[in-house]
Amino acid sequence: MKPLDPRLLRQARAARTYLAATVAAGTAVTGLVLAQAALLAHAIAGAFGGLGPAALATTLALLPLVVAARALVAYAGEASALRAAAAVKSQLRRRLVAHVLDLAPGEGNLAPGDVGGSGDVGGSGGAGGSGGPAGPGGTRTGEVATLATRGLDALDGYFARYLPQLVLACLTPLAVLAVVGGADLLSALVIAVTLPLIPVFMILVGLHTRARTERQWHLLERLGGHFLDVVEGLPTLKVFGRAKAQAKVIKEVTDAHRRATMATLRVAFLSALVLELLATLAVALVAVEIGLRLLRGGVPYETALLVLLLAPEAYLPLRAVGAQFHASMEGVTAAGRVLDILDVPAPGATTSLDSDVDVDVNHRTVALAGVTVRYPGRDRPALERASLAIEPGERIVVVGPSGAGKSTLLNVLLRFTEPAAGTTSFADVPVAEWRRRIAWVPQHPYLFAGSVADNIRLADPEAGEGAVRRAAELAGAAGFIAALPAGYDTPVGERGARLSAGQRQRIALARAFLRDAPLLLLDEPTAHLDAAAAAGVRDTVERLMAGRSVVLVTHDASWTRRADRVVRISAGRLSEVAGVAGEGLVAVAP
Amino acid sequence: MTLAAVRRRRRDPLWRLLLFARPLRGRLVAAVLAGAATTAAGTGLLAVSGYLIARAAEHPNVTALAIAVVAVRALGIGRGAFRYAERLAAHDVAFRVLADVRVRIYRRLAGLAPAGLRSFRSGDLLNRLVSDVDATQDLFVRGIVPPLVAALAGGGTVALCAFLLAPAAGALAAGLLAAGVVVPWLSARLTRRAGRRTAKARGALATHVVDTLSGAAELHAFGAEDIALARLYEADAELTAQARRNAAVQALGAGLGSLTAGVTVWGVLLLGVWSVAGGGLGRVPLAAMVLAALAAFEAVGQLPAAATQLAETRAAAGRVTAVLDAADPVREPARPLPPPEPPVSVRLRGARARYSPSDPWALDGVDLDLAPGRRVALVGTSGAGKSTVAAVLLRFLDLDAGTATLNGADLSAYAADDVRRVIGGCPQDPHVFDTTIRENLRLARPAAGDDSLRAAAAGARLLPWIESLPLGWDTPVGAHGAALSGGERQRLALARALLADPALLILDEPTAHLDPETRDALLADLLAATQGRAVLLITHDLTGLDAVDEIAVMDRGRIVERGTHADLLRAGGPYAALQRRQAGRLPVNGRRNVHV
Repeated sequence: MKPLDPRLLRQARAARTYLAATVAAGTAVTGLVLAQAALLAHAIAGAFGGLGPAALATTLALLPLVVAARALVAYAGEASALRAAAAVKSQLRRRLVAHVLDLAPGEGNLAPGDVGGSGDVGGSGGAGGSGGPAGPGGTRTGEVATLATRGLDALDGYFARYLPQLVLACLTPLAVLAVVGGADLLSALVIAVTLPLIPVFMILVGLHTRARTERQWHLLERLGGHFLDVVEGLPTLKVFGRAKAQAKVIKEVTDAHRRATMATLRVAFLSALVLELLATLAVALVAVEIGLRLLRGGVPYETALLVLLLAPEAYLPLRAVGAQFHASMEGVTAAGRVLDILDVPAPGATTSLDSDVDVDVNHRTVALAGVTVRYPGRDRPALERASLAIEPGERIVVVGPSGAGKSTLLNVLLRFTEPAAGTTSFADVPVAEWRRRIAWVPQHPYLFAGSVADNIRLADPEAGEGAVRRAAELAGAAGFIAALPAGYDTPVGERGARLSAGQRQRIALARAFLRDAPLLLLDEPTAHLDAAAAAGVRDTVERLMAGRSVVLVTHDASWTRRADRVVRISAGRLSEVAGVAGEGLVAVAP
Repeated sequence: MTLAAVRRRRRDPLWRLLLFARPLRGRLVAAVLAGAATTAAGTGLLAVSGYLIARAAEHPNVTALAIAVVAVRALGIGRGAFRYAERLAAHDVAFRVLADVRVRIYRRLAGLAPAGLRSFRSGDLLNRLVSDVDATQDLFVRGIVPPLVAALAGGGTVALCAFLLAPAAGALAAGLLAAGVVVPWLSARLTRRAGRRTAKARGALATHVVDTLSGAAELHAFGAEDIALARLYEADAELTAQARRNAAVQALGAGLGSLTAGVTVWGVLLLGVWSVAGGGLGRVPLAAMVLAALAAFEAVGQLPAAATQLAETRAAAGRVTAVLDAADPVREPARPLPPPEPPVSVRLRGARARYSPSDPWALDGVDLDLAPGRRVALVGTSGAGKSTVAAVLLRFLDLDAGTATLNGADLSAYAADDVRRVIGGCPQDPHVFDTTIRENLRLARPAAGDDSLRAAAAGARLLPWIESLPLGWDTPVGAHGAALSGGERQRLALARALLADPALLILDEPTAHLDPETRDALLADLLAATQGRAVLLITHDLTGLDAVDEIAVMDRGRIVERGTHADLLRAGGPYAALQRRQAGRLPVNGRRNVHV
């Protein structure tokens, strides 16, 4: 792993100023370390030679100044590093969220909920992960959210401790070597030979243990997973009388894990042993060597003392880097993930041939011709050579089982997904321009932190209070909103927790009324409501459909009574169902 | 220390975790001694080296230095060896305690589940508990060993120093205490206060991040991306501004630590120089003393991190011990009756139950009879109390009033495990374990042979699918059965219940989370497979109920209507109303026997 990712400097400008300040602080610290050693050596040697406190007054008075300066640099260095970390985190976070938002609907792995035969697990039938954390898109959303908050926080340690230590590890040993070399060449030689061995051994031992350690962490993760799995399954285990027996399994598994881990650690900790040995043994060698030279009168006492004081300082920052390395890796990994995500190119804006392409939904047919959509990692296309023409004012109901491609069809119409093949009548319109003509009611509407009114206003940020209230009334939401503690200003709670599924659906319908767009897209508008709520929403949807082009996807055949045309979708293929419009389910049977 | 203070300390969650390690105290002492020896070797190396060259400066005979030379080399090697021993010993203790805590917490959770764990229903909380348990291993390596090592090694250095020059020893002791106790305490306090200030801004930011990403589809569809990002940036700016303000506070620890160490060494030097001039201290030991003081601060270097670690682990330990102390939701009889023999008859009379005294009644006077060979369906809207009936029958929850009898004897007079040997089945949201299909099935009857497994799988109409898989019975199902579809998961749970073959089979919402086609097919198979068994089928789906012997309709903790499918439809009461409502949502293929 690279100690400093060049992409980090590119992406976060704050990191560059920080780096300069850190190098300056490191230089200052190195100078102060040398000064402190020189003053100490001078004082001790002076006292040895019979000088009293008065004769050494200057030295003894300078020492606290150096100490204070060191403390000040340590304080200012860490404070500025933490400030820089805050700025870098902010820059990365903003870029990350904006970038993922750009990627989100187009990338495919955040979009489809109706994939595979897994029914409605997690309820993410809608597009764009609007179905909550358990949906297929949810894992990624969750990962990015964690990355943007807690993950990046781990950069504090990286900036405040690891990088400054890295700078010191480059500067101090060289400075010490220069000073020691000037005083005693042989000692400098001992240090010069052993010093490079430290990083070499760090790398060697690291390489040797990394594979084993990684396997160990993997195992650890799996064992943690095993414990969680067993705990989550406790009710099931109890029903089958297996709960008590599992206690023994947990003990055995954890013990086996301990033995395996300790075996790895015995090797992994060898790295620490070797590094410790190198550093202390080198200091011991220097001490003995300089002591013997001193004995023979080859070097003055003060010089010998200075060499002895400085020798450990050459190794200290290198070892500290090693100690900080693991602690800071979490932050580096998080930053690396962020930079990786930032490297994923955002879908380019669709080029517009002519901004006034005629896409007047009120008067022109919206058409798909031979559209095929594939999601990465799936062998079968989610939509295969689908053709559909939506005449102005026409109501089309698309029926089909879960996983047939219903939501993908809406994703194409919403331009969340670009077709791999085929053409659409709106491909040349800029995406934002096209979406302005659409009102969308997803299966699981997402409610944002904020008031009820804010949530309705999402459809039209400019809308006044009157317009919001009118939309709520049309959507049949005015009644329950009035009953909320603060009416339209009531916060909806996290993910709309304060509201029932039916009420959330009505907020989404209110958005659609406020949007007042010519093309209306509805995804399973009543699937997850209980019977009473569904009946009410059904009537509201009827009102909303009046005078608009409509595509409604559902597996509930009773909607076909309200359709001008019924289209069946099955395994990604569309087929027209003749003669059922307005009559209900009779002819829909396969 | 007063008795009350001792008791208080014993209640402290960290203290209780420490007590778990009591059988391991020998290993813990070894780890601490090795750690102290590591630090002492480092200090000793510099002190002896200082002595060595100071003595050498007096140009004695080379033999006068021999011992010092050997000592310096030995200390140079010893330090690494001691460090190695310390880390191994500390990690070993940590893992052993982890195993112990895991088993203890598991035993307690097994007693509590599922009724006592309702507050953990959200997977996040359970997840946190599991990582809390894992966090206890850090307590020893990073929380307990470093302070003890610092006390021993620091104390040793001070004692050595006192032997040379008492005032200098006093200065060193004061400096070590300041750097090892006062500065960590102060900086932990300040950092905590700073953390509290940012908590709100942090929460607001997290909300905006999750909102922007989870609601991305809506934001794009309504062209509101920029508005959402602007709000997010605002929250981010607030947090960043606070973090910048807090930086000064957080850096204080580093500055003060460096200052304390430097000032102490200066003080020791000053006293030393004074005493050498006054003749109170020899000129050779001066170097050893100052160098020892310089090296002694390594001992306390780990303490700020240890303070933070202890604070973090205390919170985790508190949550762990809270679970260990939770009261049992079910009273086990002191002298249980002999296990009930099948066939079993169960009778509820005036049964009232709730999950906690502050909750409303989940069951509010329920009468219900379950007899051998009869299939009873319990229907009603969600929250009507259907699953609570199952919880009572499975001895997951005690009645607060009324009676529940099994073969004529009070249900609570049997050991809970014995009851579950005859009353079992498929709880709501059955858990599929992260192992193979075979192991998931065999859970119900570990001794079951392949023929029984195949028969159970066939009963749940799972056999052809299992045999079509490349790995067959050994196919891993993934965490939470992620590799299976919803229908396959429910069928696996049904097969498991059939394999267990309890005298009374409870099936709680076996068709939940399935789409209509899958739901209808599974229900038909399930009704076919349970013909002639005693079954309690809990469902809010009313399809195919003409096949059961009796239907009981629940509403707000009571049974409001009972009878056969035909009777209830004729009666035109709550059941008929439920049927009518459900008829509003017909499946695409219309395969549904609605008699209205």
